[in-house]
Amino acid sequence: MSTVPNTASEAGTDSAAGVLLAQTPKSDKILQIVIPVTTLVLTIALWQLLVTINEIPRYILPSPVDVAIALFTDSSTLWPAMMVTVKITLMALALALVGGVGLAILLVQSRLLELALFPYAVVLQVTPIIAIAPLLLIYAPDTQTALLICAFLVAFFPILSNMAQGLKSVDHNLLNLFELYGASGWQTLFYLKIPASMPYFMAGLRIGGGLALIAAVVAEFAAGSAGQGSGLAFRLIESQYRMNLPRMFVCLIMLSAIGIIIFGLTSLISWLVLHRWHESAIRREN
Amino acid sequence: MTDIALSAAPAASPQTARRLVVAMHDVSKVFSNGTLALKGMSLDVKAGEFISLLGPSGCGKSTALRIIAGLGAPSSGSIDWPSSRINSKGLPEGDVGFVFQDPTLMPWATVFDNVFLPLKLRGISKASATETIMENLASVGLADFAASYPRELSGGMRMRVSIARAMVTKPKLLLMDEPFAALDEITRQKLNDDVLRLWKQHGVTVIFVTHSVYESAYLSSRIVVMRARPGQVYTDMAVTQPAERDQAYRVSEGYRQTCQDVSDALQGAIGAAEVH
Repeated sequence: MSTVPNTASEAGTDSAAGVLLAQTPKSDKILQIVIPVTTLVLTIALWQLLVTINEIPRYILPSPVDVAIALFTDSSTLWPAMMVTVKITLMALALALVGGVGLAILLVQSRLLELALFPYAVVLQVTPIIAIAPLLLIYAPDTQTALLICAFLVAFFPILSNMAQGLKSVDHNLLNLFELYGASGWQTLFYLKIPASMPYFMAGLRIGGGLALIAAVVAEFAAGSAGQGSGLAFRLIESQYRMNLPRMFVCLIMLSAIGIIIFGLTSLISWLVLHRWHESAIRREN
Repeated sequence: MTDIALSAAPAASPQTARRLVVAMHDVSKVFSNGTLALKGMSLDVKAGEFISLLGPSGCGKSTALRIIAGLGAPSSGSIDWPSSRINSKGLPEGDVGFVFQDPTLMPWATVFDNVFLPLKLRGISKASATETIMENLASVGLADFAASYPRELSGGMRMRVSIARAMVTKPKLLLMDEPFAALDEITRQKLNDDVLRLWKQHGVTVIFVTHSVYESAYLSSRIVVMRARPGQVYTDMAVTQPAERDQAYRVSEGYRQTCQDVSDALQGAIGAAEVH
């Protein structure tokens, strides 16, 4: 349990390493934080130096100081945009979780449904969703809904396919055991199949979380929304048109931060659920 | 030489007459790939017996055990439970415990929850099951490990959990499918003694599938040797002596003789399959 705060605090820099390299010696832990931070600081310093020495104009490459200033001055515009993107991403992920897990359970419980639906779920997956975006824009009541549907469709499939795979990967002897004790279909589902599929579900969640953000951004590029309800992707394009490079960098940093937080949170959830029993979340002891 | 049916034995006196727990009548099993796993196997299992099903691999001993447990219906023949309440699936309600070759524990559940499973599936609450579960864990020496997860236990301890789980419903019949095959000899001997103790304490009837002559000779009150191609009973031998099985028995002349007899029977069974 002592590794929980560590994982959380490291999420900002390198949460993958934080989850995987738990409980290493203390000096090692310090190095894990100090070295990446040093790299970051040196890179920023070098960047600032290059821009200052070569007198590169702001509209070609802004210095880190320019970006930092933009971060504060533009926050009144960018913060609401970031919230829009976060909202779309999280709503899409939530819908994908409900839909993906729900459909996976239905598919596994009914062979008929699986035959009827699974091929089309795959077709949906292999079709580049961005190509559907213009159509969605026509049919959806507003741009936000279109973006939400896009992000949902992209995040949905990895969750569905991982969950379906997990539900089917139950130890046959455990299935025999449940049969032997006269377990009902629902008991087998809730006490056996769903717990057994958790490692697969968690993989789907982590992939789906990342994809939901990517889809929310890409769909907004395609949709080109404007005005009050626009997200970070629109602000990014808008800044590009206006040659406002510091703001573009701020948009990128914000998107990157959302991605890191989603990855950190999904990794943390995965660790919390699996660390007592699953090999993927347990440190090798030798 | 084949089929020494026990039903052919003279009727015992009323005092020693034991009721039938389960009877296989002329059971055959053909797998979907066409393999004839069992052909016309009959076996009467009486209360309190410790039967070893012994035979070369492919003789259908595990198949026979699974059919008794209701895991896969026989292709022909029948399984009768004269003294059990039968549920809608034709299985005796809660009268059978099964121990697989692997511990078959749920890795995400604690030892306690694993043992709780058969009761939970019957809709018994955790609170009212706790005492029974702890008793069963104590009887296999794992009371201190109730909160542990299976991965934290050794192979032998996991098998003990599996046995505790099988015993938690107080079954009349305990089916064990080569439960200790993957364990080292020392652990296996300890677990053999545990199983014997449970058998005596609880008066449970045991059918124990094994491919070890020594294990069957040490444990059993009756050894059923099976032959392969097709799988059926080759010979059925009672092991009467002694009542007490312990370390002294392992080095006794009686044990040696039993091993010898069982080994001879097994050789005969293997020979019969090759001739066929």
